[in-house]
Amino acid sequence: MRKGSAPSRTCTDMRIPCPYCGTRDAHEFGYLGDATTRRPDGGDPFDQVHIRDNPAGPHEELWYHGAGCRRWLVVSRDTRTHAITGARFAKEPA
Amino acid sequence: MSRLAKGGLIDRSQPLDFEFDDRRLKGYAGDTLASALLANDVRLVGRSFKYHRPRGILTAGPDEPNALVELRSGARREPNTRATTVELYDRLVASSQNRWPSLGLDLMAVNRLVAPLLGAGFYYKTFMWPSAFWEKLYEPLIRRAAGLGTASGLPDPDTYEKANAFCDLLVIGAGPAGLMAALTAARAGARVILADEDFRLGGRLLSDNPLIDDRPGADWAARAVAELASFPDVTVMARTTVFGVYDGGTYGAVERVSDHLTTPPAHQPRQRLWRIVAKRAVLAAGATERPIVFGGNDRPGVMLAGAVRTYANRHAVAAGDDVAVFANNDGAWLAARDLLRAGVAVRTVIDIRDTVDPALTAPLREGGARVLTNSRVIGTSGKLLGEIEVLADGHRARIAADTLAISGGWSPTVHMTCHLGDRPVWNEEISAFVPDRTPPGLSVAGAAAGKFGLSECLSGGAGAAIAALGDLSIRATLPATPRTEDEPRRVTAFWHVAESKGAAFVDLQNDVTAKDIAIAHREGFRAVEHLKRYTTLGMATDQGKTSNLTGLAIMAALTGKGIPQTGTTVFRPPYTPVAIGALAGHHRGREFRPTRLTPTHAWAERQGAVFVEAGAWLRAQYYPKPGEADWLETVNREVLAVRSGVGFCDVSTLGKIDIQGPDAGTLLDRVYINAWSTLGVGKARYGVMLREDGMVMDDGTTSRLGPDHFIMTTTTANAAKVYQHLEFCLQVLWPELDVQLASVSEQWAQLSIAGPKAREVLAGIVDAPFDLSNEAFPFMAAGEATVLGGTRARLFRISFSGELAYEIAVPARHGVGLAEALLAAGATPYGTEALGVMRIEKGHAAGNELNGQTTAADLGLGRMMSKKKDFIGRALSQRPGLTDPKRPALVGFRPVDPAQRLRGGAHFIPMGADAVAANDQGHMTSVAYSPTVGHWIGLGLLSDGPDRIGERVRAVDPVRNADIEVEVCHPVFVDPQGDKLRV
Ligand SMILES: [Zn+2]
Repeated sequence: MRKGSAPSRTCTDMRIPCPYCGTRDAHEFGYLGDATTRRPDGGDPFDQVHIRDNPAGPHEELWYHGAGCRRWLVVSRDTRTHAITGARFAKEPA
Repeated sequence: MSRLAKGGLIDRSQPLDFEFDDRRLKGYAGDTLASALLANDVRLVGRSFKYHRPRGILTAGPDEPNALVELRSGARREPNTRATTVELYDRLVASSQNRWPSLGLDLMAVNRLVAPLLGAGFYYKTFMWPSAFWEKLYEPLIRRAAGLGTASGLPDPDTYEKANAFCDLLVIGAGPAGLMAALTAARAGARVILADEDFRLGGRLLSDNPLIDDRPGADWAARAVAELASFPDVTVMARTTVFGVYDGGTYGAVERVSDHLTTPPAHQPRQRLWRIVAKRAVLAAGATERPIVFGGNDRPGVMLAGAVRTYANRHAVAAGDDVAVFANNDGAWLAARDLLRAGVAVRTVIDIRDTVDPALTAPLREGGARVLTNSRVIGTSGKLLGEIEVLADGHRARIAADTLAISGGWSPTVHMTCHLGDRPVWNEEISAFVPDRTPPGLSVAGAAAGKFGLSECLSGGAGAAIAALGDLSIRATLPATPRTEDEPRRVTAFWHVAESKGAAFVDLQNDVTAKDIAIAHREGFRAVEHLKRYTTLGMATDQGKTSNLTGLAIMAALTGKGIPQTGTTVFRPPYTPVAIGALAGHHRGREFRPTRLTPTHAWAERQGAVFVEAGAWLRAQYYPKPGEADWLETVNREVLAVRSGVGFCDVSTLGKIDIQGPDAGTLLDRVYINAWSTLGVGKARYGVMLREDGMVMDDGTTSRLGPDHFIMTTTTANAAKVYQHLEFCLQVLWPELDVQLASVSEQWAQLSIAGPKAREVLAGIVDAPFDLSNEAFPFMAAGEATVLGGTRARLFRISFSGELAYEIAVPARHGVGLAEALLAAGATPYGTEALGVMRIEKGHAAGNELNGQTTAADLGLGRMMSKKKDFIGRALSQRPGLTDPKRPALVGFRPVDPAQRLRGGAHFIPMGADAVAANDQGHMTSVAYSPTVGHWIGLGLLSDGPDRIGERVRAVDPVRNADIEVEVCHPVFVDPQGDKLRV
């Protein structure tokens, strides 16, 4: 990565701001993966289950607050820096 | 004695006794083990890793490659401990390592004779072939010959703990820059943590002892520490090494709580692992001096000049009686000056430079030292250093010296700026790498930033704190910068004496020489990461703190590329070694993870149960009775008691999920493969759920207690996973469903009562007027009742054993009362072993079969899959690979010779075929001795199994050398029609 090309890095990385519990350590959460796949959307079910992008950069992903409120969250994370810029309940529309 | 008569930061009123290799020695409070050894003229401290060369003390800090000792004895023995960082305590015991039979006479030193074999890449070249030789011959040989200390092999008697801390500003390092940063932040009211690995704070102020505001630097440091301690929001942590930078401003640190004591005080750990979350951090880790590489540079008595200075100024120890200096920079001259002032003879100062500032040379000349510029040391001699050979202005000369203080300049301690992937950049002026980009929230001050001058350290520390607090909107004011004088710091890059005689070591701990680097160059391993792995440069426990840069500089000279183009290897945490014990904390032995106990655990203990771990649970495995020869006899008795009478078993470990809401039935329809919304109230049903990929995820019985109320049971192992899955379904997949979930696994004690006499026993347990008759409460009925005179209960007529059976759930606190009542009623308690035997007798799939690779059809449950509705996993369960009839599917097995024992894990091979993988047709998943049928029985997954009933195959178990003939049979061994369930 060229100097200066990386997005600005924040200091909130691997703590997740749970909208219910507040900012909590990432260890309290379980990770599932891409939050943008829709199941089922009429496409090839194999692709829906198994094929995932591996983006370098901003990513919307599903985390489960198992050691907290037991809510599924959509977390916005930059996969290059682990910078987390937001989290919302998966149940609520974006 | 090399102890100076006066001076130093030791407490002469506190003498300490200690032992090294059975010699009784004396030191003082304030000594390190290394300084105390030097004070007692102990100069030979260890033997080197590969060649067993005699080694002494090189440094005065965490960068030490040589002086590794075994500290303490018995179970507390700690190998590979750096003597330079061990704080001396009374009755300390240490011994040298990697020598046999003794340090002075090391027979393994013969390795030196085969040194040509052990050079760069020797592992790769020598031990490539044949591979079988590796395990039997080479590895034991190397392990015996090369290596460091040995672990005690005993359980560590001490405890370790973990703690979390939070602050506005973490200051790493308590030298001048760190102290100034902490003071500035503390005065602004910030929450500050100041951590330093040393037991005394002050960093180089203690070693160089400059004047600050006309007072000794050590005094200034002590006053700063005292002021910091007066702030309520400031935590000063001595003996604490910040070893790593992690995401989110998280820092790992290890606090050596009791390492400076003989044994930890009561209720205190030996070490404490800190997880420090800091909004901002200032790295003030200082700099590390590097050696110059020349022939014989590993001889005991060759030391870094800065270390010699530390020993003199801080510990009042003369490193030798007859000191020579060899350097390329001004700092070493100041070390020589301090030695002279302390009354130590410095006879020769050798500098590679043509000219040196007269202000530096004059005091040395006045003190009687020979000054040799444009000169270099090319060799040394003596078992301990006795003589050096110098090339001075083209002439060779031998000069007597028992100590050679060397310095190749200083490198900023940039390690922690690189832990998140950033790389330092080359600074030509100081011939060192300096930090460039740093982890978020971390700034660098003082020598760690390449600013070596004391005034720069002080002002830089204050400036860094002000900037960091500014980010947090905390206003801090610049304190008055103390008056001080900067030492001269000129340096001319110089790494390796080309005219060296004898082995010239680059990495002293891994015995890597300049010649090894030349070999790596010649053989094409030129990139730094290749150089490192080929020669093992920098791969020892010191991670090359004194050798990496020198090594890559020598490689850069060989390739003709500059140092910046050659680059550095990656710095990874931890900065210094961290004990595994500290990382584990309390999580060891039984406390490795929490143990879950069933509601009847204490009662089962009183019954003499033997327990077994089932995931996090401890479950009663069987209940031996006096006179029973072994577990099998006990289990047989328990099984037969159930099959002929009645028994009971705690099944509370199964997951229980309370599901309520108008759409609860719809949810179950979608997660289970079979239909649920049609289930009547007061009924139970067996269900199977799939993963999205079509494989079986879990199974269990779920009951409908009301129109909008279900209670689901899951397997013990998958309780948490299924709960999470259901929440996923409700929150992510179908947020429109009106359903609420609650895990109630812990709230209910659930006991299974099984056997022909179950109803009889239950009649005395369940309160009237509940009707237990087969008509009123038939197989697969579920309902609410009270038991034992008013205790709320749930009753399910479900059976795992195949007998007339019920499960009763009562609030967890009533579990023991229920068990006692059942025992008093004549029921036999049985454990998980009998439970397992009976489920195999009935052909039920369990954990061994639900292994994540089996489909519902594989388990004989294919017909359960509803065609009228969609459910999770349906689409992918239709993939051709998963519907192939040749897939291994569940069948039963019996030995053709009934006397033979079956083995779980055995593979099925057609009769007459070779037992090779190509002929593998599946494997035995579960086996048990069935007292009901009188021989071993098994369940297994066999290709095309259900169509092969009656066929014989081989069950081959190469691990246990078993190969027996088995007959394929129906998986239900007992009561295949299920008549007993329905009586
Ligand atoms: Zn939460």
